[in-house]
Amino acid sequence: MKKLINKPEDVVTDELNGIVAAHSDLVRVHFDPNFIARADAPVKGKVGVISGGGSGHEPMHGGFVGMGMLDAACPGAVFTSPTPDQMLEATKAVNGGAGVLHIVKNYTGDIMNFEMAADLARAEGIEVEAVVTNDDVAVKDSLYTAGRRGVGVTVLAEKMCGAAAEQKRSLKEVADVCRKVNGQGRSMGMALTSCTVPHAGKPTFDLPEDEMEIGVGIHGEPGRKRMKLQTAAEITEMLAGPILDDLPFKSGDSVLAFVNGMGGTPLIELYVVYNELAKICAGRGVKIARNLIGSYITSLEMAGCSITLVKMDDDLLRLWDAPVKTPGLRWGV
Amino acid sequence: MPISRDAVLDWIKAYADAIAANKDYLTQLDSDIGDADHGVNMHRGFQAALTKLPGVADKDIGTILKTVGMTLVSTVGGAGGPLYGTLFMQMGAATPSKQELTLADWATALEAGINGVIMRGKAQLGDKTMVDALTPALAAIKEATANSASLSGALQQSAQAAEQGMKDTIPLVARKGRASYLGERSAGHQDPGATSSHLLLKTAADTWAGAS
Repeated sequence: MKKLINKPEDVVTDELNGIVAAHSDLVRVHFDPNFIARADAPVKGKVGVISGGGSGHEPMHGGFVGMGMLDAACPGAVFTSPTPDQMLEATKAVNGGAGVLHIVKNYTGDIMNFEMAADLARAEGIEVEAVVTNDDVAVKDSLYTAGRRGVGVTVLAEKMCGAAAEQKRSLKEVADVCRKVNGQGRSMGMALTSCTVPHAGKPTFDLPEDEMEIGVGIHGEPGRKRMKLQTAAEITEMLAGPILDDLPFKSGDSVLAFVNGMGGTPLIELYVVYNELAKICAGRGVKIARNLIGSYITSLEMAGCSITLVKMDDDLLRLWDAPVKTPGLRWGV
Repeated sequence: MPISRDAVLDWIKAYADAIAANKDYLTQLDSDIGDADHGVNMHRGFQAALTKLPGVADKDIGTILKTVGMTLVSTVGGAGGPLYGTLFMQMGAATPSKQELTLADWATALEAGINGVIMRGKAQLGDKTMVDALTPALAAIKEATANSASLSGALQQSAQAAEQGMKDTIPLVARKGRASYLGERSAGHQDPGATSSHLLLKTAADTWAGAS
């Protein structure tokens, strides 16, 4: 294992201290329990929006704390759900009197820890609503699995919910934005290489030099199939096809297209993928109204990408375009 | 002689030792069908619980169990934290101000704990989870009680039922948790949660062998 770390057990703490050093104008960091909150939290009369999850997906979620996006983020150990005491303290810290929205990715541990935190917060008189993101079409959604994983849509939902909260919409209305973005969004990812969890010290899975994993999750979970490496055009079709078939997106729809790097893939390759995606969308009569290209929901140093498409309407477009000022996403200010 | 408060403390310490001894084994089971952190996470949680025991050693059994549960919730993470935390918190809620436990008290506590796990995790028998070890263990205790078995005999039977339930998870296809993403590929592997739950009941039977 070759990593820029001091000790594996100190990675998250060292990173949080780095965030303090770099961004104390935007955020403050609370230790034990760990959470990152907006510097000016709580904002009176505004719904608080929080999220969280295992570390290793940066900039998600901590990099999205700030005006127009998240009020707080709770980082767990690498690839391990945060604990309820973190979400409880974060919820209390950002509650401006209008309630708090929990955006939770669909993983068994995350769901249970957030549920316990919501129970505890409600017992303290804070109104909490939780919305679960589950946009990964690579996973079969049935009663007999834990359901689809929450992936790329989470980043986009955090942005649009944050904007809705800035407009002083109610807790239910902000939660409705989250449900709409998740309901109208689909994602799928692929890996060219594995990632290495610092405390594990060895790659999560073995992937031969000439092979790739289609449908991989953001923790290196197995995907739909493993196959010989193909061209970017063929790979993009393998990701975009199931996404476009699943919703289904119709000719004439406007979408937000998100091409995301998994952590180890350069921007030049993401633009190659975006070029293919734009052609596929044009071929189906789907209009890309907005786009986001870069590494925003990562899997440590995994090479690969994911594609997310969200069907947009006028309200969602306005929320997407609204100003945002966070360490990881910033425009309009 | 019922299960004393000190015996409950000894059980928690013995289980922390058992988790430490089986840390790599549990993590290996979890790497086969999950995310390779069950042993590491449980070890971190029970080491933290050990540091809390001196502060509550003179309190009632309910307080001790609740303290362990709350510590697990805030230190284990993943799915194991809420599930084992809820198990202990509900066992504690079912034994308020108790200084000792009879067989009936233990059965009540275990049932409350298991109900909490089922409510939190929404798993049913046969989903390839810790419920598959815990539920048969509770049934065995109830049956032993109905047959007027001794406390130590009932505990032995519950540990054996948990072991059988654990082994019975091997052919099952997981329907909960990260293992469920594997579908049919999860069959042929023993569930790590059922394994740590069997250890919990085996440690109880071994630690309380002298109780009657």
